[in-house]
Amino acid sequence: MMRQIAIYGKGGIGKSTTTQNTVAALAEAGRKCMIVGCDPKADATRLILNRKAQATVMDLARQRGSVEELEIGEILLEGFLGVKCAESGGPEPGVGCAGRGVITAINFLEENGAYTPDLDYVFYDVLGDVVCGGFAMPIREGKAKEIYIVTSGEMMAMYAANNIARGVLKYANSGGVRLGGLICNSRKTDKEAELVSALAAKLNTHMIHFIPRDNQVQRAELRRQTVIEYSPEHAQCDEYRALAKKIAENKNFVIPTPLEMEELETLLMEFGIMDGEGAAA
Amino acid sequence: MIVKDHNELFKDTAYVEQFHGKREFENPCPEDVVHQTAQWTESADYKEKNFKREALVINPAKACQPLGAMLCALGFENTLNFVQGSQGCVAYFRSHLSRHFKEPVAAVSSSMTEDSAVFGGISNILEGLENAYTLYKPAMIAVSTTCMAEVIGDDLNSYIKSAVEKGIVPEGVEIPFAHTPSFVGSHITGYDNMMKGILSGVKGQVRVSPADSINIIPGFDTYTGNYVELKRLMSSMDVKATVLADISDTLDSPNTGRYRLFPGGTPISALKDAVNARSTIALQKYSTVKTGEFIKTVWGRDFQLSPVPIGIQNTDEFLDMVSAVSGRPVSHAIEAERGRAVDAMIDSHPYVHGKRFALVGDPDLLMGLMSFVLEMGGRPVHVLCTNGDAGFAKDAESLLRGSPFGDDATVHIGKDMWHLRSLLFAEPVDLLIGNSYAKFLWRDTKTPLLRIGFPLFDRHHLHRYPIIGYQGAINLTNWIVNTLLDEMDRKAMFTQSFDVIR
Repeated sequence: MMRQIAIYGKGGIGKSTTTQNTVAALAEAGRKCMIVGCDPKADATRLILNRKAQATVMDLARQRGSVEELEIGEILLEGFLGVKCAESGGPEPGVGCAGRGVITAINFLEENGAYTPDLDYVFYDVLGDVVCGGFAMPIREGKAKEIYIVTSGEMMAMYAANNIARGVLKYANSGGVRLGGLICNSRKTDKEAELVSALAAKLNTHMIHFIPRDNQVQRAELRRQTVIEYSPEHAQCDEYRALAKKIAENKNFVIPTPLEMEELETLLMEFGIMDGEGAAA
Repeated sequence: MIVKDHNELFKDTAYVEQFHGKREFENPCPEDVVHQTAQWTESADYKEKNFKREALVINPAKACQPLGAMLCALGFENTLNFVQGSQGCVAYFRSHLSRHFKEPVAAVSSSMTEDSAVFGGISNILEGLENAYTLYKPAMIAVSTTCMAEVIGDDLNSYIKSAVEKGIVPEGVEIPFAHTPSFVGSHITGYDNMMKGILSGVKGQVRVSPADSINIIPGFDTYTGNYVELKRLMSSMDVKATVLADISDTLDSPNTGRYRLFPGGTPISALKDAVNARSTIALQKYSTVKTGEFIKTVWGRDFQLSPVPIGIQNTDEFLDMVSAVSGRPVSHAIEAERGRAVDAMIDSHPYVHGKRFALVGDPDLLMGLMSFVLEMGGRPVHVLCTNGDAGFAKDAESLLRGSPFGDDATVHIGKDMWHLRSLLFAEPVDLLIGNSYAKFLWRDTKTPLLRIGFPLFDRHHLHRYPIIGYQGAINLTNWIVNTLLDEMDRKAMFTQSFDVIR
């Protein structure tokens, strides 16, 4: 049974790194996986493919004049341990409609047989915020039914996580989309695990895993690899293996209960991250 | 082979049986339930529900912005309409205008597809302009947009600049543009946007001190007869007037056996000189909002709003305005016409006085028609304007309250023809005035229908007859009284009142 999972989170929080390392851990455990990058920046597959950037659906469509001119093999590539990778790509900044690019790319993948029955997992790595309908495409019409939000203990990351929960709520009510949990990608802020756990509780979910910060991830990234490929014995790999296992065994799927801005600020005050004056200002 | 008209064809047994057979799949309700439900839609109970409707619009009396933009650009000489967007939209505008005018309507689209939606439509507009110019050699290309280009935020200004810099279209070809998203406003907004786009976008306008001439902007007016009438009135007063924009030849061209792509329109030279007119008079308020603002603030020239010259009083005011601006008196010939129109109205007045009216249409048209109906002693009851705003409601109410015949009227803005259906069942009227789509109301409510407005698809040539000026007043009197008399005869058919004299 194929599980389709969408990863959301604030821009720069480490969605792509977390997704690729987790997928590498799943592949290591013998699972068949596909990653679909849903961001015009197209940087969701470089660690799996060990290359700078892959040709995206929209890049080739632009060259050929139409998406109908593409072959699936040109944009669906295999990387580390047979993980399949595709990138939607999109327009240059400031023109056109990136959201529509995501829709076009996913439709193309669907119509051209990218979703083979042997796949165990499809991961969608989606642009920072759900800014428009296009970026909700991975969770529309019964595609990804599980969502994980990558966050840290930083104010804006949590604010974004709450905002994404709001978007999920919309699709949870109309479809079968559920929130599977928050993934804390540590930035070493104060009481980070407690704070993210508390936010998770308020959102009616749980912090599925706390990934400690480790420079080994960056060292691997510089070589365009996941830590699991670069240094399979390193302790950091076990964190991603643990996350992969937790996702595989996760039974905690909920309709999120997003917070009002004031509630979020109160939470930050409770943990002493923000003082009363700051909240008032 | 004799091809049967569909009126006969569908009476054939084969079709009757087929239709009956389809009911099983298409309309599974028993006939008595359908009948009961249809009857229920005529009730007060249903009317209440109908007016609480929020998430559905049925037969709105309005069209898309680019349609208005196209009508505007069609009024200029050698001008090609170019729509940045999808082909289907443009096919709709062309067929909509063709079905009304029974004339070919040319327009090109940049044929945006899925890829254009993602990457933006710059390559479409560049290639499109090149093709359009190479094929048709227009003097002006008027660019408007469909919703698709608007949603993704296509930047026409920079795209067109880039087309000019690349030399895709030779220098000297005018390429004015207007953003015309149909999810804002209606066709009258599109007309306004394009008129402003053309007046502001055309190069080579040399400003000198104001000349003798005046500009007249008719607004979104689909009566070719009105343009002819307007020019005749101006000529009768010896007033030098530039009509911005004149569709009377483009959309009513003589059949010479040779097709002409650009059969008329206001000359580009006159358009370029429009900035030097002594004054600009607009005959519609709601379709010239931005244009008027532009003329006042950017041109810094005189801009005056005339009441729509429908009916005696409004025409008087319009001609007085022209007279004041141009210094030319209203001619004796026009005065005689006025007398004839007044005489015609008095002749027919007994049959119109006290009659109840329902009116549906564009805000400016409604202002004119209401004024005329009130002059005839008719009582507007339902006034429905899908594309009217609160400002229109206020204007309409103030007009109605100014006459003893306006007491019964309620003005409905933002409502559609399905609302009007309920209104007509709840409070019947003697005459309904609206476009061709109102024929469904005529059928369902049995209210006599007079077709005035846009579009008029199902009756021919109506747009050739002016409804403005004193001639227009005579035409309106003719249509109104004779439609009422037809109905009177129908009702009196086998009674002692079936009279030969009316």
